[in-house]
Amino acid sequence: MNPIASLRYHWNVNLLGRAILRWQRIRAQRRPPRWDTRYLAPPLKVGARMKELVGRHWLAGRYTKGCRKVAWVTSGAPVELLKALDFYVLYPENHAAICGTARVAVEIASEAESAGYSRDLCSYARTDIGAVLSGKTPVGRLPRPDLLLACTNICQTVLYWYRVLAHHFRVPLVLIDTPFVYTEEAAEHAVRYVRRQLEEAVPLLEKAAGKRLNERRLRQAALLSKRASELWLEILQRCRHRPAPISVFDQFVQMAPIVEMRGEPATVDFYATMLREVDERIAGGMGAVRNERKRVLWDNLPIWYRLRYLAEFLARRGVAVVASTYTNAWGELAPLIDPDEPFESMARTYIYPILNRGTGHKLATMKRMVEEYQLNGAILHSDRSCKPYSIGQMDQRDRLIREVGIPALLLEADHNDSRAFAEEQVATRLTAFVEMLGE
Amino acid sequence: MNPTCTALGLDVGAATTKIVAVDPEGSITWHHLEPTEVKIEEQVARVLAQARAAIGPLGGLPLVATGYGRRLVRQATRRVTEITCHARGIFRELGHGGTLVDIGGQDSKVIAIGPRGEVLDFVMNDKCAAGTGRFLENAARRLGVPLERMGTEALAATDEVSISSTCTVFAESEVVSLIAHGVDLGPILRGLHRALVRRIVAMVRTVGLTPPLMLSGGVVRNLAIRQMLEEETGERVVLPRHPQLMGAYGAALLALEDRGRPNG
Ligand code: SF4
Repeated sequence: MNPIASLRYHWNVNLLGRAILRWQRIRAQRRPPRWDTRYLAPPLKVGARMKELVGRHWLAGRYTKGCRKVAWVTSGAPVELLKALDFYVLYPENHAAICGTARVAVEIASEAESAGYSRDLCSYARTDIGAVLSGKTPVGRLPRPDLLLACTNICQTVLYWYRVLAHHFRVPLVLIDTPFVYTEEAAEHAVRYVRRQLEEAVPLLEKAAGKRLNERRLRQAALLSKRASELWLEILQRCRHRPAPISVFDQFVQMAPIVEMRGEPATVDFYATMLREVDERIAGGMGAVRNERKRVLWDNLPIWYRLRYLAEFLARRGVAVVASTYTNAWGELAPLIDPDEPFESMARTYIYPILNRGTGHKLATMKRMVEEYQLNGAILHSDRSCKPYSIGQMDQRDRLIREVGIPALLLEADHNDSRAFAEEQVATRLTAFVEMLGE
Repeated sequence: MNPTCTALGLDVGAATTKIVAVDPEGSITWHHLEPTEVKIEEQVARVLAQARAAIGPLGGLPLVATGYGRRLVRQATRRVTEITCHARGIFRELGHGGTLVDIGGQDSKVIAIGPRGEVLDFVMNDKCAAGTGRFLENAARRLGVPLERMGTEALAATDEVSISSTCTVFAESEVVSLIAHGVDLGPILRGLHRALVRRIVAMVRTVGLTPPLMLSGGVVRNLAIRQMLEEETGERVVLPRHPQLMGAYGAALLALEDRGRPNG
């Protein structure tokens, strides 16, 4: 470790950066809301805190050189191991989503496309590769990785995407292969197989980190991860209330820390604060949508570059989106994490994400949500990029209509590539869907 | 004497604009249809002036606008999508539910209509002009066949070539290359109709076919489409009296219901 680099990191991130970000938060809290408050509740107070937290995370990334090891990981990777080893952890998918909300994803993805990457590739992969090749990013600068960790529990795209990164940066790639779970329970040998890979990864991670894994710190990271996920799940479940205190669009905005800062104490504090605010809303009878007439489900990734448009469009018509399979994915596995059995429980946690299970399981999840959240309809975003999430949606839609008796809409778009979003068509379909929901 | 008018429906579609006036019983008393122009607001003002000339003052009459241009109809008392309007219009006209196929100029839709005229489900063609009237229009222009004669000429042919591309633009180049290879016009026309109908049938399957199968939209005048739709689905096609007016008619019926409402 380079002492000057450490000093610079401490000064820029912990002292100066912290102060500036806090000042920015205070200013942001005073600014008038950007979303239309005639139809939507005023923004969550905790939102400014989230920006500060995430801002600090990306700021830290800029000054890691010479003082902190950096790992780039997939969203479903066993991050607890990396936290215990003090890695600065970067999620290219999250970074891509930031590019999406900042509406620069298409420009950055085009850099990858002109280098020969097909437009049929996931737009997260294209955004990330484009950012790597061009250096373009809205977060200042992306720190170079010392290690890559990819877990196949979300899709097979990451397998090839991370090989591209490994080739580009010439750094080791650790791959955790999670067999697909076709049945209710994963086979014991599959769990053992994942567990063994996690154990075998440790020496590689230690080598890249330049230090030994400390059991106590691993348990602590697992505990923090579990605690944050539990709080997140509790927040989501508060939306069973009528009117729902927050909407799925709020969840999309506030989910960054649970994805990219799991295993950190600040994340637990953040969601505890958010839960308190959500409870205050419930106590005051405040709904995310001012005139909540109908409640619907969202399936698949958000359409990052059109969050506000969709939130306002639906809210104006009294429709609240209150549950989603996507945000739920970061909460539903919390009970599986066991800090006393980190390896065994990580193997189980990371084999069960919704995308690593059959389409029937997703249908069952949606049906359960319709019941638990008393939903009147479902919007299934057919995401051109994310094949594993979108496959099966035709049948899922059909069966929600036939077996549950609610209207369901397949909405074609893409989570990050706005070229696949046709506003006029989307508006007509959504309006017709709302008309079907009735008065 | 002017025809009675209690409510109006205006359907500003991508290809044509239609206006329908109804009496208190909901029967059509006056209607008008013309191609949609670029300056929709001006066109709407003119069409409404025409209505005024035909049926008298419009002040206070409820007017529901539908179609792609519905948001540009400032005079509307309410705006409703073409999905709901078509279902309403056809249900009133035919008196039963079922599966409605509407092939419009720039988009096509399949609507499952329940026994009380309610929309049970719908699909619209995805984000391109494949499976719409535009597909045939383009080919007609390219082949130099008047649009009105496309259907009869297709039916007159005995052979049929398969057009594999459903993309409107690519189908055009496919047609050009077939002609270059000396293929006769008739079989190409048949193939084009088949491609369009198969596309529609795929949409029908998504919603699920509950008979009777009903057809509306400007393409109804094309006999080949009707016949092939029957061949491909095995169902007889039922037509309303004014196939092109169903959206505007449904809008007028909704406007009629609005009478006496605070904003209507
Ligand atoms: S394909 Fe889907 S799961 Fe895979 S990286 Fe892209 S968005 Fe994520």
